Amino acid sequence: MDEFFQNTKVLSGRFAEEPLTPRELSRRLSLSRREFLRGATGAVLGSALSGASPYVRGESAQRKRKVIVITFGGGARDQETFAPEGQANIPHLLNELAPQSSFFTHVTNQGILGHYVATASLATGVYETLNNFAAVPPDHPTVFEYFRKDLRRPSSDTWVVAPSNGFNRIGESNYRSYGSGATVILPKHLLNAATSGSGPNLDHLLHDNYEDPLYTPVLEGGEFELDQLNRILRLSVDDFMAHARTLSSPDELSVYIAKRLMQQESPSLLWITMHDMDVAHSGAYSLYIDGIRRTDRLCAELWKAVQAEPEYRDNTTLFILPDFGRDADYDAAGNGFQHHRTGDAVSRTTWMMALGRGVREGVIYDQPMQSIDLVPSLGAIMGFSPDLAQGKPIKELL
Amino acid sequence: MQPSDLKPEVFANYPPEARTLACAHLEVIRQLPLSFLPNLLREVIDYDFKFPAERSALEKELATISSLSSAEREDWFRGFAHIALSPSLERVDWVNQPARFGEQESAHLWSTHQQDAFRETAMAYGARLSAAAPPGEPPVKRLGIAIIGQGVSSYDAPLFRNLRAHGTYFSKLDAKDALQLLLAAVGERAQAHTTPYGHWYVDGGEAAEHSPLITCLSYKALEGARAALLRNMQAEIQRPGMGPEQLRTHLAEMKPSDLGIDKASDPVLDRFQLKILTEGSGTQIFSTTFAQWAAREALRRAQPLTLLVRFAPRQSIRPMNDLLSSPQTEPELDFTGSLVDADMGAYYHWINQQRLPGASQSVFLAWFEDHQQAMVVSPSLPHGVESESSIDLGKLLQLALS
Repeated sequence: MDEFFQNTKVLSGRFAEEPLTPRELSRRLSLSRREFLRGATGAVLGSALSGASPYVRGESAQRKRKVIVITFGGGARDQETFAPEGQANIPHLLNELAPQSSFFTHVTNQGILGHYVATASLATGVYETLNNFAAVPPDHPTVFEYFRKDLRRPSSDTWVVAPSNGFNRIGESNYRSYGSGATVILPKHLLNAATSGSGPNLDHLLHDNYEDPLYTPVLEGGEFELDQLNRILRLSVDDFMAHARTLSSPDELSVYIAKRLMQQESPSLLWITMHDMDVAHSGAYSLYIDGIRRTDRLCAELWKAVQAEPEYRDNTTLFILPDFGRDADYDAAGNGFQHHRTGDAVSRTTWMMALGRGVREGVIYDQPMQSIDLVPSLGAIMGFSPDLAQGKPIKELL
Repeated sequence: MQPSDLKPEVFANYPPEARTLACAHLEVIRQLPLSFLPNLLREVIDYDFKFPAERSALEKELATISSLSSAEREDWFRGFAHIALSPSLERVDWVNQPARFGEQESAHLWSTHQQDAFRETAMAYGARLSAAAPPGEPPVKRLGIAIIGQGVSSYDAPLFRNLRAHGTYFSKLDAKDALQLLLAAVGERAQAHTTPYGHWYVDGGEAAEHSPLITCLSYKALEGARAALLRNMQAEIQRPGMGPEQLRTHLAEMKPSDLGIDKASDPVLDRFQLKILTEGSGTQIFSTTFAQWAAREALRRAQPLTLLVRFAPRQSIRPMNDLLSSPQTEPELDFTGSLVDADMGAYYHWINQQRLPGASQSVFLAWFEDHQQAMVVSPSLPHGVESESSIDLGKLLQLALS
């Protein structure tokens, strides 16, 4: 015992932190992000600012305006991202994008915490209640329908790049007097069609969701996607497959497709959902972390692509947000990072980053907002009226 | 059917002891709200296959709510009574299929925005129950051991980051014969404190030699069952109308004999192993997930006095370009990724152990296998410190348990 105490030293910093109770953890969710970002990026608190938004809202400016939304269909918690112990996983978001962004630290999702239904809620501005595992359209008009109807835009002006087969109905609702929305590209579906089902076993890439890591849906409709490949992306099947062989994950494929769309169609409203990090449902923590690191890199890659495209450079506003978080380590009803089933504060709370045209740089806003506020905000920015959305425009973006 | 309609004969399909238990408490069961009752029956119906700790907890729960006055019972269950259910839920055979009811109720709660209210009500009920019938203290300090990083020759990043604030980090241990020392220590505890399912050893690979007094399960020993399960699932997936929720319901209704894990003449352990594979997401394909989930469930259900978990390397996920280039290659093992998984798994092991009675006196040791790094959380050792002692793991365990 004596020898033991002679050879001890007191740890400092993160290792010496006192453990937080779940309630304290919840309370500090927003605070930790804000304090961390402020220290790391030199950002200022939004409440200290005054004056009009830098948004230019003239008609001609709106016609050229491009908006790209990236959502993570697979929540990421603070402790793996913006908290000190998670910093190493998001070097690009932190060092490259956050300093240019308005960062909203306290975004809550009060709806169903399933990825398809939550993404549908993000896209309609209403907490949808559809079956998360069914390929059904949202019950309310989507942002793509509002955009096209009010601004009289063609279908080529808005696209969704989504991770899996279950998302193929997210582009438009069945709501009366709406229904013309975005075309949805499912890159994994495309890959399956390109291999004609005779190629390698891609089962684990084709998961609709990672809630059940063994379930792989039957994919149908290959001809349509192959036609899209040639007609819209100007890409032969051989070239597509050759490029796919250089990519390590479905999200990389999604970003590749998104970049092709930007080059070939220059859509004004482009929505991309990432899914790699949802591999957390398999319970392998290292794979979840790998997914976060990949998403971090891909967000920066897409922003670089924006800067490289004349149609987009200086004209694009990018929104990045997870659809929700994941369960807290200390919640007995869950199993920590693996799922998002408890509905606890950690699983309902997330963040949003906005950067680019019309957005204040290096500002942190920590007043609570809801994820359904995104669509009304996009409407205010782009000049359409999402009449049925239930969220409120984020005034800091107006 | 409503709870007030229940009669003894509705439990005819329950296993014998479960039927007896339900009938013995029928009077109070009839008075419970439907939003709550099937969740209780889900436990009752499995009574014959439960561990002693679970049986005791269930008996206490039923005795406690039976002892409440009408006014108290109304007060305890008011929140549940306010949960609005749908007619279709009420038509589910919730007596004989309480798990299926639970799945559908969960979906209903989320879609009607009642999940938060239900969660709050359930937590309040749990706290009340715990206060009214506090669980007994363990007869000896509970001990958890996690062995991580099998096969990893070197690793530069810090380990046990989540645990360091709670205990002492050892960086220069004497690791000679450590695995044998630890398994021997578990065996000695099993000998000294005999209790059914009181001492466990979970191995994410092949189990090492251990005392027959220890309850053991391993990923390797369940290889046949896992293969049978995967075949079963693939067959089910091909059936029309099958989706993730239907598949989960199918898995919940499987029996040990369906997977050939009914040979050990221990129906309780057979059922436990079945549930690890059918209820645990990822336990069928990743050995690290299997070990973590098995540890969680063993602690939650059996409340063992001793639990040693040894993680083993899991298969890697092959990147897309690799899959497209060489489809037939068998997946390799991911040693470093498995160490990261296991490091988190050890943290969750400790958290789950701390949820059990006697937490303030519990001891937890996590060791990087074949290396000199370990973490010990014990009331007899300081928190947030690092030790460079070259103590061996056997002596360290004695020190931690002193």
